[in-house]
Amino acid sequence: MTQDLIYSVCGIALFGIGLYGLIIVPHILQKILAVNIMGVGVFMLLVAAGHNPGGVSDPVPHAMVLTGIVVAVAGTALALSLVCRIGELQRDGADEEAAP
Amino acid sequence: MNGLQLQTLLPWLVALPLLAAVATVLLQRLWLCRWLSVALSAAQLALALTVLLLLPEQSDSAARRYALGGWGAPLGIDLYIDGFAALLLATTAAVGFLLSIYSGAYFNEADKAARFWPLWWLLMVALNGIFLAADAFNIYVTLEILGLSAVALVALQGSLPALQAALRYLLVGLLGSLCYLLGVALLYRAYGTLDLAQLALQAQAEPLSWAALGLITVGLLLKTALLPLHFWLPPAHSSAPAPVSAALSGLVVKASFYLLARFWLETLDTAATAGGLQMLGALGAAAVLLGSLQAIRARRLKLLVAYSTVAQLGYLFLLFPLAAPLAAGPGIAGAALDAVAYFIIAHACAKAAMFLAAGNIQRAAGHDDIERLQGIARRLPLSLLAFGVAGASLIGLPPSGGFIAKWLLLDTAIDSGQWWWAAVAIGGGLLAAVYVFRVLNLAFAGSSSTADALRMRRLRLPKTLSVSAFALALMTVLLGFNALWVLDLLDIGAPLSYLAGETP
Amino acid sequence: MFHKLDGAKLPLGLRLICSAAIAALTAVLIAIVILSGPAAPGLQAEVAAQLARSGVDNPVTAVLLNFRSYDTLLEVAVLLVVAVATMPAPGRRLRPALAPTGDMVLIGLIDLVVPVVVVVGAYLLWVGAYAPGGAFQAGALLAGAGVLVSITGRFQFSFGALPARAILALGLLTFTVTAAAVALQTGVFFQYPTAAAGVLILFIEAAATISIAATLVLLYGSLVPPAREQESGP
Repeated sequence: MTQDLIYSVCGIALFGIGLYGLIIVPHILQKILAVNIMGVGVFMLLVAAGHNPGGVSDPVPHAMVLTGIVVAVAGTALALSLVCRIGELQRDGADEEAAP
Repeated sequence: MNGLQLQTLLPWLVALPLLAAVATVLLQRLWLCRWLSVALSAAQLALALTVLLLLPEQSDSAARRYALGGWGAPLGIDLYIDGFAALLLATTAAVGFLLSIYSGAYFNEADKAARFWPLWWLLMVALNGIFLAADAFNIYVTLEILGLSAVALVALQGSLPALQAALRYLLVGLLGSLCYLLGVALLYRAYGTLDLAQLALQAQAEPLSWAALGLITVGLLLKTALLPLHFWLPPAHSSAPAPVSAALSGLVVKASFYLLARFWLETLDTAATAGGLQMLGALGAAAVLLGSLQAIRARRLKLLVAYSTVAQLGYLFLLFPLAAPLAAGPGIAGAALDAVAYFIIAHACAKAAMFLAAGNIQRAAGHDDIERLQGIARRLPLSLLAFGVAGASLIGLPPSGGFIAKWLLLDTAIDSGQWWWAAVAIGGGLLAAVYVFRVLNLAFAGSSSTADALRMRRLRLPKTLSVSAFALALMTVLLGFNALWVLDLLDIGAPLSYLAGETP
Repeated sequence: MFHKLDGAKLPLGLRLICSAAIAALTAVLIAIVILSGPAAPGLQAEVAAQLARSGVDNPVTAVLLNFRSYDTLLEVAVLLVVAVATMPAPGRRLRPALAPTGDMVLIGLIDLVVPVVVVVGAYLLWVGAYAPGGAFQAGALLAGAGVLVSITGRFQFSFGALPARAILALGLLTFTVTAAAVALQTGVFFQYPTAAAGVLILFIEAAATISIAATLVLLYGSLVPPAREQESGP
């Protein structure tokens, strides 16, 4: 098994693990983490595709991964901020219910 | 022509909304944001129409390609336009223009308006970017702008159901994008290029391209909300602010459908199997029937309109079996694309009008509970008229654009010898009639309860809101009367170069 | 706090079916990748051939900011989307992240660390032209400094204010205007004149660094749970 194949296989395995987390695990924060794991899996596959044994590796997948990381950060941040706002609203609602 | 080159206009379709987004972030005064946005939407519409009019002169596909940075594929990123893309760009710009006018009057809270305009323009960047895209990874980035700005726009509503719908929409959107990106990674691994035209030349029917097409399809189906994957659409589209719902249902879901059509019929057509094409059609037929049934059972007006979107999206997927290269000659494939493109335009106008009308009703009545809308037509005649006209187009009654679209679809289905798809289209039309008339019946018959009437006398709806909803409804009728003009444009523009029998 | 957010646990049968389907999908994809043989050569030859005309020596920076700069422009736009979505309302300050602690060690450490971080950030921005580094790395580092400063509570960022909005939009504005402005000279969007390419790339990256850092600080700030001052009692 060559190096690039090991990385590719692990990348796809990570994608599968993330998919499992997103669909099966009920906790919302774990779901958001799962999406990030899926992203890392895809990035590994991309980097492996750019691996060039004995030569200069292909910079295009590296650039794609860098862009992908920024996009993943943005998506994660938006998800977390939505979770925070939902949590606040739910807590406010619970406070109102608790008040006599 | 006087030196006006089609190509040089293409990057402006992305740059103009980008600059508008930055300007609306920087401008503090809301009335300035609003008028600037309306003016720039008009400019965008003018730009898109110019592109549409210049397109017929460019039969050579190289003349419809713009190499950003001058590098050219595969090193650089290209923009590419054809008739299908140009029509969708023009539709986006036209519907976007009317929605901008509506939104200016709709958002009167400072905070919401200050967020709305930048997000709105970034949504336009993404839509225009997708219709012009010629690079698989560029599509991923554009899809993310589209998904994230759409989620942020849904969350503008600020209520708990809206935020929950937005979060679910976001997770589904991220899942879809990552499936798509995994497909692209496999394609890059196999063929070493990201340019769609080069992929089309190199792709072969082999396991790797099947897997890539499968992943890309699942990712885009999630975003297009085709039947088994539609669960996120009704809550997200029905809890968003009215102009956002209109844009999401009218334009945003069409962007991912457009990409699906590109990948299945053009870029990866060698990997597309007849079974897959038939399956997409079958899912579409199921969506038409089940989505309509859900719309009939919906209790809230905006939810009804959202389920109607699920149903109407189903029709679009009839493109795949009808344009199947094995089943049909190139003539029929082109006719199927004509029909579906027409359907997209007619539905974009009709559904946007319907959501705006529903938004007006919700705003005036303070709720959108269908049972309690008795006699509302007396209070909001223009909005109900807009709802009715848009509904007629969804049902497929003449002289609306929906009628022409459905007629073309039936014609193609019969010509290609697949009459069962025609039965789906007719059945869907009948079901649409049930849910549209259910609302109209209540709205025109009976008198509103006194409490509601009192409330509504106090709340005057700004004129702009009802007039722009009606203008969109009017566009569906105009589409019906000017069918030949639109179809000519589609034919001349050589939509999906594969279907026109031209090599990419 | 988030218990109501979580989806219901799927029934056992459905969970098993889904798990089996995911496992099967993963296995099929792995098998396809293993059987498909080595990866296609990719684009390193094209990149190497044009690297001299790109204005930078680092191939990854050349791809990000010259060959595929359109993607990077849209990436900066993605950050603006999230910044606008999480921006506090105009006139409202970002929540104070942590109450001022008055911890002399923390404050003293930050006084020492932040200037160093800023210098290293500027170096990372500069070195991106030759070696790994660039706008995002520099921006992330600067954002770290910003977060450190904000958790002491000595400074508050009011991201609703106009100057802050200008900083958030600066990267996208500079990038778009540069891409359009070079078209005046070369006739093509994003086609930098070869002689000026290096300077233009550094210029764009500097603006993007500032916006990226500001966006990340904003995102961090919007996620900090609010202090519940009104709350009385335990």
